[in-house]
Amino acid sequence: MNWMAWTLPTVAFFSIIAVILVCMTVWEVRSPCVDRRGFLPISTTRGDRLFIGLLVSAYIHLAVIGLTEWSIWIAFGVSLVWMFIVMKWG
Amino acid sequence: MSNKVENNKAWFLVLPVFVLVAFSAIVPMMTVVNYSVQDIFDQYTRVFVGTDWFRDILRDDRLHDALLRQVIYSLCVLLIEIPLGIGVALCMPKKGIWSSACLILLALPLLIPWNVVGTIWQIFGRADIGLLGWSLNAMGLEYNYAGNPVDAWLTVLLIDVWHWTSLVALLCYSGLRAIPDVYYQAARIDRASSWAVFRYIQLPKLKSVLLIGVMLRFMDSFMIYTEPFVLTGGGPGNATTFMSQTLTTMAVGQFDIGPAAAFSLVYFLIILLVSFVFYTAMTHADKDA
Amino acid sequence: MTTRKSVLLALFILFLLLPIYWLLNMSFKTNTEILSGLTLWPENFTLHNYKVIFTDPSWYSGYINSLYYVSMNMVISLLVALPAAYAFSRYRFLGDKHLFFWLLTNRMAPPAVFLLPFFQLYSSVGLFDTHIAVALAHCLFNVPLAVWILEGFMSGVPKEIDETAYIDGYSFPRFFLKIFVPLIAPGIGVTAFFCFMFSWVELLLARTLTSVEAKPIVAVMTRTVSASGIDWGVLAAAGVLTILPGILVIWFVRNHVAKGFALGRV
Repeated sequence: MNWMAWTLPTVAFFSIIAVILVCMTVWEVRSPCVDRRGFLPISTTRGDRLFIGLLVSAYIHLAVIGLTEWSIWIAFGVSLVWMFIVMKWG
Repeated sequence: MSNKVENNKAWFLVLPVFVLVAFSAIVPMMTVVNYSVQDIFDQYTRVFVGTDWFRDILRDDRLHDALLRQVIYSLCVLLIEIPLGIGVALCMPKKGIWSSACLILLALPLLIPWNVVGTIWQIFGRADIGLLGWSLNAMGLEYNYAGNPVDAWLTVLLIDVWHWTSLVALLCYSGLRAIPDVYYQAARIDRASSWAVFRYIQLPKLKSVLLIGVMLRFMDSFMIYTEPFVLTGGGPGNATTFMSQTLTTMAVGQFDIGPAAAFSLVYFLIILLVSFVFYTAMTHADKDA
Repeated sequence: MTTRKSVLLALFILFLLLPIYWLLNMSFKTNTEILSGLTLWPENFTLHNYKVIFTDPSWYSGYINSLYYVSMNMVISLLVALPAAYAFSRYRFLGDKHLFFWLLTNRMAPPAVFLLPFFQLYSSVGLFDTHIAVALAHCLFNVPLAVWILEGFMSGVPKEIDETAYIDGYSFPRFFLKIFVPLIAPGIGVTAFFCFMFSWVELLLARTLTSVEAKPIVAVMTRTVSASGIDWGVLAAAGVLTILPGILVIWFVRNHVAKGFALGRV
């Protein structure tokens, strides 16, 4: 496994993604969700909103890194807020 | 959609695909993410550098230029190949020996390995020994793909059109063949013009095959590597240095694995976003219609 | 109207065939004739270039290697894609849409950097320089495409057929092999064609994952060019020979393709 060149932050990153996926699956089994229409221009399921949220978060991080001198944690904070918004009202 | 049965046991049918693709997809993807946050000297010496590589490549002018060239190129590819492919499909005979013959002839360019495609055009475009270069020059046009950036760029575009329009045409042809005759009869009774037939009968039915066509062409043209590499090696100057060319130089030529990994993740995110928007727009348009 | 269409189509096909003709033309010329000037057909017709390829094992083994892993890839792709496509076309299950999109995203990874982990992954499981490695790696982009195309064909088959078969007491595997697969045979033909095509023309992965034993023809070609100067005639002959298997494949599936395209996903 040495060739995969793991580091602590990337381990954490992928573990969190895996945990989120597992939680979403459990949640979906417990209470299946229906499509709904929020402020996003398309009707979405919970999983769609998660994907959109994560994708946009990735871009938020890139924007902060590429355009500003701010710390990466600011991007992380903004992303958390965004994830919450999109999951709740998206 | 609604007549599908809810059944989670279907997962067992999908499992082989999932395992197979995950093996080749997830492990390399994770490794690339790992590379992108480290400075790697050799197998045992590596330093965690956080987001530095991302910062570097996001502010690299060379990459902005490559990205711009890439976007323009992919747009041109789509704008030419999609309408042309539809046109060719509309022109094809509906049945009989000729339709089989056309299918086979159309499929020929698709079956040629990509580096051979580059080689073919490398020779075909030369002014001294290639038909294309020779005839263009004979007509009084200065044409030299190795020296003139515009010529090189147009040649790479022409290669792509030559190579891939057939794919769009074949897909559209399959879509057109699936339209029942009743629709055409109704149109004839209404005396619809051929434009109206195209606009209101054929085009809507083509939507899902066009989705495949557009996505495949977008993804592949955005990652085009072999043809310009064989043709001119990205030159003259940087005229045909597209994204993956820059990336390969970085990863293989200079062995900067960290920045190259960061770059390919950004690259991947761009393709992912565009494809997602596209896919969602097309499938949801289906649902609303 | 029809004549105008035929003329346009003929022009387009001419445009497609001209470069291929040029390659064929060159493969029958001597190197001096190729480089001395423009000739529309070979003046000193020679089979020397082909002889070079058929007598040199490093050339023809390349063809065999390529054909070997391409067929393997075709078989694997179809075997795993058929049940999966059936699942996608008939059932709704947890995360189906996301899984489908995820499969598609695998075509999107830019190869250049992914080559290194690929190389190391297959080395670490001991598959480096084997045909199966290339076949598996090509599954990455062929399986999603196969699922996508087959799903379209399967959705075109009415569900009532499944239900009748189950009522008649068919088990799932028997129904699938005896009734369902023959029904979508044209679709399988089309899918096989696409799998063959994308696997046959792929260069980067095939070159990275092999060195001697399983070296594909596309890689042999690039090496030869850089080593001995450019031998245009042999290169052209090799190019012509890479097109031939494709033509054979189309020839065998042509009826399926014509019919299959008629059923297409709409």
